[in-house]
Amino acid sequence: MNSPKTTGVLLDVNEYSVGFRTERGLAQVVDKVSFQLERGSTLGIVGESGSGKSVLNRSLMGLISSNRQVEEGSALFDGEELVGRDRQNFWGNRIGMIFQDPMTSLNPVMRIGRQLFEPLRQHLAMNKEQATERAVELLTQVGIPEPKRRLRQYPHELSGGMRQRVMIAIALAGEPELLIADEPTTALDVTVQKYILDLLGELQTDIGMAIILITHDLGVARGRTDDIMEMYGGRVMELSPSEELFSDMSHPYTQALFSAIPRVDQPKHTRLTPISGAPPDPIEPPSGCRFSPRCVYAQDDCTTTLPELRGSDEHQFACFYPVGTDASMQARSTNTTRGHTATGLKIQTAGTS
Amino acid sequence: MAGTGKAHLRDASDILLRVEDMVVEFPVDRRSVVHAVSGISFDVAKGETLGLVGESGCGKSTTAKAIIQIPRPTSGTVNFQGTDLNTLDDAELRAMRSQIQMIFQDPIASLNPRRTVRRIVSEGLVVSNTTVSKPGWALLGLAVILAVAAGFTSLWVLLAGLLAGLAGGFIILKGVFRPSIGGCSDERVDEIITAVGLDPVEAAKRRPHEYSGGQCQRVSVARTLVLDPEIVICDEPVSALDVSVQAQILNMLEDMKERYGITLVFISHDLSVVRNVSDRLAVMYLGKMCEIGDSDLIYAQPAHPYTQVLLAALPDPTNPHAGAVDALDSELPSPINPPSGCRFRTRCPRAEAICAEQEPQIAQVGTGDQWVACHFPLADGS
Repeated sequence: MNSPKTTGVLLDVNEYSVGFRTERGLAQVVDKVSFQLERGSTLGIVGESGSGKSVLNRSLMGLISSNRQVEEGSALFDGEELVGRDRQNFWGNRIGMIFQDPMTSLNPVMRIGRQLFEPLRQHLAMNKEQATERAVELLTQVGIPEPKRRLRQYPHELSGGMRQRVMIAIALAGEPELLIADEPTTALDVTVQKYILDLLGELQTDIGMAIILITHDLGVARGRTDDIMEMYGGRVMELSPSEELFSDMSHPYTQALFSAIPRVDQPKHTRLTPISGAPPDPIEPPSGCRFSPRCVYAQDDCTTTLPELRGSDEHQFACFYPVGTDASMQARSTNTTRGHTATGLKIQTAGTS
Repeated sequence: MAGTGKAHLRDASDILLRVEDMVVEFPVDRRSVVHAVSGISFDVAKGETLGLVGESGCGKSTTAKAIIQIPRPTSGTVNFQGTDLNTLDDAELRAMRSQIQMIFQDPIASLNPRRTVRRIVSEGLVVSNTTVSKPGWALLGLAVILAVAAGFTSLWVLLAGLLAGLAGGFIILKGVFRPSIGGCSDERVDEIITAVGLDPVEAAKRRPHEYSGGQCQRVSVARTLVLDPEIVICDEPVSALDVSVQAQILNMLEDMKERYGITLVFISHDLSVVRNVSDRLAVMYLGKMCEIGDSDLIYAQPAHPYTQVLLAALPDPTNPHAGAVDALDSELPSPINPPSGCRFRTRCPRAEAICAEQEPQIAQVGTGDQWVACHFPLADGS
């Protein structure tokens, strides 16, 4: 309802960094992340725990109220700078957010109805009758049976899937231009997960809002996003149109992640290829590429120089030895010959892994 | 699906665990009970991995806990190596527990934060060896009685009391400290800690909070293996882990299975993970068994409509079943008042009148190791 614009860049994030001052030093949790989000499109942000995907979005929304936080760079939402200002007037009516655990995001002692009326009356200045009518409409839209009765219920009376639908209804109440869904289905069963993801897809088509879908699950992001941004150690590793990420992956981390996932189309007891080592420490990250200590392609320059994003405008990656190129094959064979990578990671020869 | 029946139980001699008609109910109030598990039967052969899948609330964790008798099942038998665990008393059960171990979902919460990792791993040995100290406690009790009596009688009684106390204390202490005094147990602990990929020297110094989630799960595995169990029940062991770490733990479990010859019951909601680890698969719904059998057969051609729904919902990029059926949009019925007949009928796209009247019995699908409890199974291609 805010603007009839349907195309153009909605969110333009440029060299955006988030750090936290700790006793041991500055923890750089998000490190110079840049991306653009078109109106009405879906961006998947994929990464493991500690990759900075949640902090990035919470910080962009201004939800982190710690005075230890250090925020740098720029983020333009519809042309307005978000960094360094109070973002409360964006909440609800311009940017909606849903979280992983619907039970902790809903107020347990408030009826569903009141929680839904709040954004309607605050942002859209509706009176009680209008709000009730709209609330019923919203609950119907997210597929909740008997919406009138639900308004009188408390969150604990609903199942996990139902609660997440209520959360979505609340997030949609302010008719936001952007919906940030932070692991919306991680706490739910697969059958419910599919329903919620399908629902988000349908709602997006109907309403025309942009979605940022944060997930640790590549499978969830695939097929439900236009682009996927993959994060590791606070940095963007690869940013690509969704299907291309799977068909033509460039970053060794993407490749490693993909081969670590058990797949249903493989026979039982298929040996998985884990990523050795542990995620980086945000206070003392490895020099050079953040992934280099765990990467089978790592060469000397990976440990000294931080690779910037390169490739085409569409498909970017931060790696000197992108998968599938001659350079990477050369690097791989060098490492295999000497039995370890430049960072000392042992290369197991085929058959013994 | 709500099927019952035991047609799928095998006769082979290498059956390690056989659960028959297990029922677990929890009282809610005076009139109603939660029917968490309602008469399920399955068996696990030695060296095999049985994957147990289903939505939250289907009773898979309750089943796992009932196998190790926490709490004891309401009825049915849990036959482990020829012994019915339901008939054992507490002491016998404690002795048996070293044979049946369990790994839980949250690796950090399931470890005592105030103990070093090495102590956590060796704890099982300590506990399983302290049962011998029963006479010690008896002697200590005797000492107390004699000491009280001494207050009224002679010095000789007092001396007897002291002697009994010392003897009792010695037996208890011996029982407690035997594992760490005995050199072989120390070696055993070190060996297991190394086998799961941790450093025994570090483990002696560090506590669980200094370890990552994946490492803590390794500690959980080490803690179970140190007792040389026959069977390990894993309740969602990798659900809290990142994919890169998950692969490490799954590979490690496979290695341990081979190295120590253990049998696994692997509970998970993630069908891709279960696909990777299991030889046989059991699908549960609302306390009943839907489908059980060779996982290759079930993943290739699910016979139960519910199995198909589960497989179709899987967000695996390579899932061949994706989109075969729509996701369920109705709610899981209440386990306090489950539907009559087949419990899945209220959400089943194939349900007919008979599904409400008769509970389907488990029957073989085709000629292979695939068994389904459904009046209208899918395997015929319809």
